[in-house]
Amino acid sequence: MSAGLLLEILSAVLVVAGAGFFTVGTVGLVRLPDLRTRLHALTKADNLGLGLVVLGLVLQAGSVGAAVKLLVVWFLAMPASAVVAHLMSRGGGLGATGGAAEGPGTPGEGGAGGR
Amino acid sequence: MIGPVLDGVAVVLGLNLLLCLVRVLGGPTGRDRLLGVLLTGSTGAALLAVLSVSTGVPALRDAALVMTALASVVAVARLRAETEEP
Repeated sequence: MSAGLLLEILSAVLVVAGAGFFTVGTVGLVRLPDLRTRLHALTKADNLGLGLVVLGLVLQAGSVGAAVKLLVVWFLAMPASAVVAHLMSRGGGLGATGGAAEGPGTPGEGGAGGR
Repeated sequence: MIGPVLDGVAVVLGLNLLLCLVRVLGGPTGRDRLLGVLLTGSTGAALLAVLSVSTGVPALRDAALVMTALASVVAVARLRAETEEP
């Protein structure tokens, strides 16, 4: 078995696994009942899926510049997802009943604060 | 032999994009719609990256990079507008 075929098989496995994680994240976004549970499904499954897809594509990129550019996509997505998850789950703003004034992480009011 | 695999993954990611639109259209609050938009941006970036390798068009890779960068800017701007405007 040649090295190129091995690389192609590894790349196909990684990309298909990433697509599976994307599908899990999307199903979670559609079916979970609450804003915070949806946030949980989105920010974890989604980033892992993007990382696996990018890793699989890097093996097929052909040149170092293309591979680095694909990796930059992932490295941009990770801090963006963390910042957005933090901002969105903090409460405050539209529709929250004083979630910002109660301090961080009171676990009992998760359902009421999200709507 | 990886070409058909990449094409199948592109189709799956496109179906995911359509499913995200269900949440964008039917989300009860603005934040739910924003979540759908964010997932659309991230799934779209992965779709563009897959297509850039599968079709060999390198400009699609740059489009994926721009899409990832802009999705976070959209989210931060939207949440900032929510908190500043009573």
